[in-house]
Amino acid sequence: MLSLTHYLGLGAVLFSISVFGIFMNRKNLIVMLMAIELMLLAVNMNFVAFSQFMGDLHGQIFVFFILTVAAAESAIGLAILVVLFRNLRSVEVEQLDSLKG
Amino acid sequence: MTLALFYLFAAILVLAALRVVTARNPVHAALSLVLCFFTAAMLWMLIKAEFLAISLVLIYVGAVMVLFLFVVMMLDINFESLRKGFWRFFPVAGTVAAIMLGEMLLVLTSRYANLSAARLPEPAAGFNSAKALGKLLYTEYFLPFQLAAVLLLVGMIAAIALTHRQRKNTKFQDPADQVAVKAADRVVVLKMEAEKPAHAETDTTHTGEKA
Repeated sequence: MLSLTHYLGLGAVLFSISVFGIFMNRKNLIVMLMAIELMLLAVNMNFVAFSQFMGDLHGQIFVFFILTVAAAESAIGLAILVVLFRNLRSVEVEQLDSLKG
Repeated sequence: MTLALFYLFAAILVLAALRVVTARNPVHAALSLVLCFFTAAMLWMLIKAEFLAISLVLIYVGAVMVLFLFVVMMLDINFESLRKGFWRFFPVAGTVAAIMLGEMLLVLTSRYANLSAARLPEPAAGFNSAKALGKLLYTEYFLPFQLAAVLLLVGMIAAIALTHRQRKNTKFQDPADQVAVKAADRVVVLKMEAEKPAHAETDTTHTGEKA
């Protein structure tokens, strides 16, 4: 029988994979953005599972808003990436050191 | 039956997610991410959250991933240099991810959490996920819904403003300049000596003056 633990476990696995991806793709800004999208998917998976198994629709409204914010975030992130590529001719994160932080 | 489907979809989802973070070519990573979102939508369909499943496919597969693919394909990126030293971070990345996963699974499977007791409630006859969510969205969450629309508008303006480039050879009007213009900028009054026309000397009828 399908239970809440299945979905939460799957969400945990997805989240860990995307943390792994952010660590591994330290240079590549594009794949880093994709890993963030994957992380949001894992969070949404938990929200939907809790909402359905607990019988409370408000969790799904929250997922709807997360989807909206994630869409705006990726659009602006990709725009920044394009501007960055025009200026540096690369998308390596390690070259983003002009602020000398 | 449902459990078998869940395991099938979960396996596809996890494999595709691993493919996203380890793919050599970002185009392959983006396509794997599309598979991820699609499989996740199927998993949500399995627990009867059909409205969000469909909006996930529409929003992510239809819009966000197409944007990703456009950007990846339009930029001329040297992927080989990005791959250099890829496995250098593997020990620390694997350790952190494994510890996080272990901790989360410990919490989820502990006896005290008692999560596996929750059962999927059978929806009432004629229950419509889209209708129920729409009712909530347009009554209780109406202001946040409008704010989300404003957020999308601001995001769109920001993305255009960031990437917009003025072309050098376009001709356009500047209304501020047009309003601020003065007569002196347009008409120049020159002061100069009056000149006689060259045929004036032969003209006998002109004047009595003889130089």
